[in-house]
Amino acid sequence: MNYFKLFNLPAKFDLDLTELGSRYLKLQKQFHPDQHSSGSERDKLLAVQQTANINDAYHSLKQPLLRAEHLLALRGLKISHEQRSFTDPLFLMQQMELREQLAEIEQSADPDAVIADIERQLQQQKKQLLQQLASALDTETAEQDQLAADLIRKLKFFFKLQQELELIEQQLQD
Amino acid sequence: MAYSNKVIDHYENPRNVGSFDKDDASVATGMVGAPACGDVMKLQIKVNAEGIIEDAKFKTYGCGSAIASSSLVTEWVKGKSLDEAQQIKNTDIAQELALPPVKIHCSILAEDAIKAAIADYKQKHGG
Repeated sequence: MNYFKLFNLPAKFDLDLTELGSRYLKLQKQFHPDQHSSGSERDKLLAVQQTANINDAYHSLKQPLLRAEHLLALRGLKISHEQRSFTDPLFLMQQMELREQLAEIEQSADPDAVIADIERQLQQQKKQLLQQLASALDTETAEQDQLAADLIRKLKFFFKLQQELELIEQQLQD
Repeated sequence: MAYSNKVIDHYENPRNVGSFDKDDASVATGMVGAPACGDVMKLQIKVNAEGIIEDAKFKTYGCGSAIASSSLVTEWVKGKSLDEAQQIKNTDIAQELALPPVKIHCSILAEDAIKAAIADYKQKHGG
Protein backbone atom coordinates (compact mmCIF):
# COMPACT_ATOMS: atom_id res chain seq x y z
CA MET A 1 0.00 0.00 0.00
CA ASN A 2 1.20 3.49 -0.85
CA TYR A 3 0.78 5.54 2.33
CA PHE A 4 1.40 8.82 0.52
CA LYS A 5 -1.45 8.10 -1.91
CA LEU A 6 -3.76 7.30 0.98
CA PHE A 7 -3.31 10.87 2.23
CA ASN A 8 -3.08 12.29 -1.28
CA LEU A 9 0.36 13.72 -0.50
CA PRO A 10 3.43 13.79 -2.78
CA ALA A 11 5.74 10.78 -2.22
CA LYS A 12 8.62 12.83 -0.85
CA PHE A 13 10.77 12.63 2.26
CA ASP A 14 10.30 16.32 2.96
CA LEU A 15 6.73 16.13 4.17
CA ASP A 16 4.44 18.81 5.58
CA LEU A 17 3.64 17.23 8.96
CA THR A 18 0.89 19.71 9.79
CA GLU A 19 -0.84 18.87 6.53
CA LEU A 20 -0.36 15.15 7.24
CA GLY A 21 -1.94 15.62 10.67
CA SER A 22 -5.03 17.40 9.39
CA ARG A 23 -5.55 14.91 6.55
CA TYR A 24 -5.19 12.08 9.04
CA LEU A 25 -7.94 13.51 11.26
CA LYS A 26 -10.23 14.08 8.28
CA LEU A 27 -9.77 10.53 6.95
CA GLN A 28 -10.16 9.05 10.40
CA LYS A 29 -13.49 10.81 10.81
CA GLN A 30 -14.64 9.73 7.37
CA PHE A 31 -13.91 6.07 8.01
CA HIS A 32 -14.72 5.93 11.68
CA PRO A 33 -16.73 2.72 12.26
CA ASP A 34 -19.45 4.78 14.01
CA GLN A 35 -20.13 6.55 10.72
CA HIS A 36 -20.89 3.19 9.16
CA SER A 37 -23.01 1.69 11.92
CA SER A 38 -26.09 1.72 9.71
CA GLY A 39 -24.26 0.08 6.78
CA SER A 40 -24.00 -3.60 5.89
CA GLU A 41 -21.65 -5.96 7.78
CA ARG A 42 -19.31 -5.75 4.84
CA ASP A 43 -19.27 -1.95 4.95
CA LYS A 44 -18.55 -2.02 8.67
CA LEU A 45 -15.70 -4.46 8.20
CA LEU A 46 -14.22 -2.34 5.41
CA ALA A 47 -14.42 0.75 7.59
CA VAL A 48 -12.57 -1.02 10.42
CA GLN A 49 -9.91 -2.24 7.98
CA GLN A 50 -9.55 1.19 6.45
CA THR A 51 -9.20 2.81 9.88
CA ALA A 52 -6.37 0.39 10.69
CA ASN A 53 -4.64 1.24 7.40
CA ILE A 54 -4.99 4.97 8.06
CA ASN A 55 -3.45 4.58 11.52
CA ASP A 56 -0.54 2.49 10.22
CA ALA A 57 0.06 4.94 7.41
CA TYR A 58 -0.01 7.95 9.71
CA HIS A 59 2.44 6.45 12.20
CA SER A 60 4.82 5.42 9.42
CA LEU A 61 4.80 8.78 7.66
CA LYS A 62 5.11 10.78 10.86
CA GLN A 63 8.47 9.29 11.82
CA PRO A 64 11.37 10.20 9.53
CA LEU A 65 13.05 6.77 9.54
CA LEU A 66 9.84 4.84 8.89
CA ARG A 67 8.88 7.39 6.23
CA ALA A 68 12.25 6.92 4.52
CA GLU A 69 11.91 3.13 4.71
CA HIS A 70 8.45 3.34 3.19
CA LEU A 71 9.73 5.54 0.35
CA LEU A 72 12.49 3.03 -0.40
CA ALA A 73 10.02 0.13 -0.22
CA LEU A 74 7.83 1.90 -2.80
CA ARG A 75 10.93 2.06 -5.01
CA GLY A 76 11.47 -1.68 -4.55
CA LEU A 77 14.14 -1.57 -1.83
CA LYS A 78 12.80 -3.24 1.31
CA ILE A 79 15.00 -2.92 4.37
CA SER A 80 12.58 -2.82 7.31
CA HIS A 81 12.91 -6.51 8.24
CA GLU A 82 16.47 -7.18 7.13
CA GLN A 83 18.75 -9.16 9.47
CA ARG A 84 21.99 -8.47 7.66
CA SER A 85 24.80 -7.22 9.89
CA PHE A 86 26.15 -3.74 9.38
CA THR A 87 29.90 -3.85 8.80
CA ASP A 88 31.26 -0.31 8.31
CA PRO A 89 34.22 -0.54 10.74
CA LEU A 90 34.84 3.19 11.17
CA PHE A 91 31.21 3.93 11.87
CA LEU A 92 30.96 1.04 14.32
CA MET A 93 34.17 2.12 16.07
CA GLN A 94 32.57 5.53 16.63
CA GLN A 95 29.41 3.83 17.95
CA MET A 96 31.52 1.78 20.33
CA GLU A 97 33.22 4.94 21.62
CA LEU A 98 29.87 6.65 22.18
CA ARG A 99 28.62 3.57 24.04
CA GLU A 100 31.73 3.71 26.22
CA GLN A 101 31.06 7.37 26.97
CA LEU A 102 27.51 6.45 27.98
CA ALA A 103 28.79 3.71 30.27
CA GLU A 104 31.12 6.16 32.01
CA ILE A 105 28.48 8.81 32.75
CA GLU A 106 27.65 7.46 36.18
CA GLN A 107 31.26 7.59 37.39
CA SER A 108 31.88 11.10 36.15
CA ALA A 109 32.14 14.06 38.53
CA ASP A 110 29.47 16.01 36.68
CA PRO A 111 27.06 13.56 35.00
CA ASP A 112 24.69 16.30 33.83
CA ALA A 113 27.43 18.07 31.92
CA VAL A 114 28.54 14.79 30.28
CA ILE A 115 24.96 13.98 29.34
CA ALA A 116 24.50 17.43 27.82
CA ASP A 117 27.72 17.04 25.87
CA ILE A 118 26.80 13.60 24.48
CA GLU A 119 23.28 14.85 23.74
CA ARG A 120 24.80 17.65 21.67
CA GLN A 121 26.99 15.21 19.73
CA LEU A 122 24.04 12.91 19.03
CA GLN A 123 21.81 15.74 17.85
CA GLN A 124 24.50 17.08 15.56
CA GLN A 125 25.23 13.68 14.01
CA LYS A 126 21.54 12.92 13.59
CA LYS A 127 20.88 16.25 11.94
CA GLN A 128 23.75 15.72 9.52
CA LEU A 129 22.66 12.19 8.62
CA LEU A 130 19.03 13.27 8.17
CA GLN A 131 20.12 16.02 5.79
CA GLN A 132 22.18 13.54 3.78
CA LEU A 133 19.23 11.15 3.79
CA ALA A 134 16.87 13.82 2.48
CA SER A 135 19.13 14.68 -0.41
CA ALA A 136 19.85 11.00 -1.25
CA LEU A 137 16.12 10.22 -1.34
CA ASP A 138 15.40 13.26 -3.51
CA THR A 139 17.84 12.13 -6.18
CA GLU A 140 15.81 8.96 -6.89
CA THR A 141 18.55 6.87 -8.48
CA ALA A 142 19.29 3.24 -7.57
CA GLU A 143 22.72 4.24 -6.32
CA GLN A 144 21.41 7.06 -4.13
CA ASP A 145 18.67 4.74 -2.84
CA GLN A 146 21.37 2.33 -1.66
CA LEU A 147 23.14 5.21 0.03
CA ALA A 148 19.84 6.23 1.63
CA ALA A 149 19.40 2.68 2.96
CA ASP A 150 22.84 2.87 4.60
CA LEU A 151 22.03 6.26 6.09
CA ILE A 152 18.82 4.84 7.57
CA ARG A 153 20.84 1.99 9.12
CA LYS A 154 23.28 4.49 10.62
CA LEU A 155 20.47 6.66 11.95
CA LYS A 156 18.93 3.65 13.68
CA PHE A 157 22.11 3.30 15.75
CA PHE A 158 21.87 6.95 16.73
CA PHE A 159 18.21 6.67 17.70
CA LYS A 160 19.13 3.68 19.85
CA LEU A 161 21.91 5.69 21.52
CA GLN A 162 19.43 8.46 22.18
CA GLN A 163 17.12 5.96 23.90
CA GLU A 164 19.98 4.61 26.00
CA LEU A 165 20.99 8.11 27.01
CA GLU A 166 17.44 8.93 28.09
CA LEU A 167 17.35 5.73 30.12
CA ILE A 168 20.55 6.69 31.94
CA GLU A 169 19.20 10.18 32.55
CA GLN A 170 16.07 8.70 34.13
CA GLN A 171 18.05 6.31 36.31
CA LEU A 172 20.21 9.15 37.58
CA GLN A 173 17.14 11.17 38.49
CA ASP A 174 15.58 8.33 40.48
CA MET B 1 10.46 -13.79 26.99
CA ALA B 2 12.60 -15.99 29.20
CA TYR B 3 16.31 -16.44 28.60
CA SER B 4 17.78 -19.93 28.73
CA ASN B 5 20.11 -20.82 31.61
CA LYS B 6 23.09 -20.81 29.24
CA VAL B 7 22.30 -17.28 28.07
CA ILE B 8 21.95 -16.09 31.66
CA ASP B 9 25.24 -17.79 32.60
CA HIS B 10 27.14 -16.09 29.77
CA TYR B 11 25.38 -12.81 30.46
CA GLU B 12 26.18 -12.82 34.18
CA ASN B 13 29.67 -14.27 33.79
CA PRO B 14 30.78 -13.20 30.35
CA ARG B 15 34.00 -14.91 29.22
CA ASN B 16 36.85 -12.99 27.66
CA VAL B 17 35.51 -9.47 27.90
CA GLY B 18 38.00 -6.80 26.91
CA SER B 19 40.32 -5.66 24.17
CA PHE B 20 43.71 -6.46 22.66
CA ASP B 21 45.99 -3.81 21.24
CA LYS B 22 44.69 -3.49 17.70
CA ASP B 23 48.13 -2.43 16.43
CA ASP B 24 49.63 -5.77 17.48
CA ALA B 25 50.33 -7.67 14.23
CA SER B 26 48.98 -10.94 15.66
CA VAL B 27 45.66 -9.31 16.57
CA ALA B 28 42.69 -8.97 14.23
CA THR B 29 39.41 -7.18 14.88
CA GLY B 30 35.88 -7.81 13.65
CA MET B 31 33.29 -5.07 14.13
CA VAL B 32 29.62 -5.65 13.34
CA GLY B 33 26.33 -4.07 14.26
CA ALA B 34 22.60 -4.73 13.96
CA PRO B 35 20.73 -1.61 12.86
CA ALA B 36 17.34 -2.97 13.93
CA CYS B 37 18.27 -3.12 17.62
CA GLY B 38 21.37 -0.88 17.64
CA ASP B 39 23.63 -3.63 18.98
CA VAL B 40 27.36 -3.22 18.44
CA MET B 41 29.82 -6.09 18.71
CA LYS B 42 33.62 -6.11 18.65
CA LEU B 43 35.39 -9.47 18.49
CA GLN B 44 39.18 -9.74 18.51
CA ILE B 45 41.39 -12.74 17.92
CA LYS B 46 45.08 -13.27 18.66
CA VAL B 47 46.65 -15.63 16.15
CA ASN B 48 50.00 -17.39 16.61
CA ALA B 49 52.66 -18.16 14.00
CA GLU B 50 51.03 -21.52 13.24
CA GLY B 51 47.76 -19.81 12.36
CA ILE B 52 45.99 -20.98 15.51
CA ILE B 53 43.73 -18.64 17.47
CA GLU B 54 45.43 -18.46 20.85
CA ASP B 55 43.10 -16.04 22.54
CA ALA B 56 39.94 -14.07 21.87
CA LYS B 57 38.20 -11.10 23.44
CA PHE B 58 34.92 -9.33 22.87
CA LYS B 59 33.03 -6.22 23.78
CA THR B 60 29.32 -6.09 23.03
CA TYR B 61 26.73 -3.42 23.66
CA GLY B 62 23.37 -5.07 23.28
CA CYS B 63 20.84 -7.46 24.74
CA GLY B 64 21.62 -10.55 26.83
CA SER B 65 21.48 -12.84 23.79
CA ALA B 66 23.98 -10.72 21.88
CA ILE B 67 26.38 -10.70 24.83
CA ALA B 68 25.97 -14.46 25.36
CA SER B 69 26.48 -15.19 21.63
CA SER B 70 29.74 -13.25 21.49
CA SER B 71 30.95 -14.67 24.80
CA LEU B 72 30.30 -18.21 23.55
CA VAL B 73 32.09 -17.59 20.26
CA THR B 74 35.24 -16.34 22.02
CA GLU B 75 35.29 -19.64 23.94
CA TRP B 76 34.72 -21.72 20.83
CA VAL B 77 37.41 -20.14 18.65
CA LYS B 78 40.27 -20.59 21.09
CA GLY B 79 42.61 -23.34 19.86
CA LYS B 80 41.00 -23.41 16.42
CA SER B 81 42.71 -22.67 13.12
CA LEU B 82 41.33 -19.77 11.09
CA ASP B 83 39.72 -22.23 8.67
CA GLU B 84 38.04 -24.10 11.52
CA ALA B 85 36.80 -20.86 13.09
CA GLN B 86 35.44 -19.83 9.70
CA GLN B 87 33.12 -22.86 9.87
CA ILE B 88 31.24 -21.67 12.96
CA LYS B 89 27.58 -21.31 12.04
CA ASN B 90 25.02 -19.08 13.67
CA THR B 91 22.70 -22.09 13.91
CA ASP B 92 25.25 -23.83 16.19
CA ILE B 93 25.38 -20.76 18.44
CA ALA B 94 21.59 -20.45 18.52
CA GLN B 95 21.22 -24.14 19.33
CA GLU B 96 23.83 -24.13 22.08
CA LEU B 97 22.21 -21.12 23.76
CA ALA B 98 18.63 -22.23 22.99
CA LEU B 99 17.87 -18.83 21.46
CA PRO B 100 14.24 -18.17 20.58
CA PRO B 101 13.44 -17.22 16.95
CA VAL B 102 13.30 -13.47 17.70
CA LYS B 103 16.90 -13.61 18.97
CA ILE B 104 18.40 -15.56 16.07
CA HIS B 105 19.82 -12.32 14.68
CA CYS B 106 22.11 -12.12 17.74
CA SER B 107 23.75 -15.39 16.72
CA ILE B 108 24.04 -14.13 13.13
CA LEU B 109 25.82 -11.07 14.51
CA ALA B 110 28.32 -13.27 16.38
CA GLU B 111 28.99 -15.41 13.30
CA ASP B 112 29.52 -12.27 11.21
CA ALA B 113 31.84 -10.87 13.90
CA ILE B 114 34.20 -13.86 13.84
CA LYS B 115 34.13 -13.88 10.02
CA ALA B 116 34.96 -10.15 10.00
CA ALA B 117 37.87 -10.74 12.41
CA ILE B 118 39.25 -13.55 10.22
CA ALA B 119 38.90 -11.35 7.11
CA ASP B 120 40.74 -8.56 8.95
CA TYR B 121 43.56 -10.96 9.86
CA LYS B 122 43.89 -12.20 6.29
CA GLN B 123 43.93 -8.67 4.97
CA LYS B 124 46.59 -7.62 7.49
CA HIS B 125 48.74 -10.58 6.47
CA GLY B 126 48.34 -10.24 2.74
CA GLY B 127 45.87 -12.86 1.83
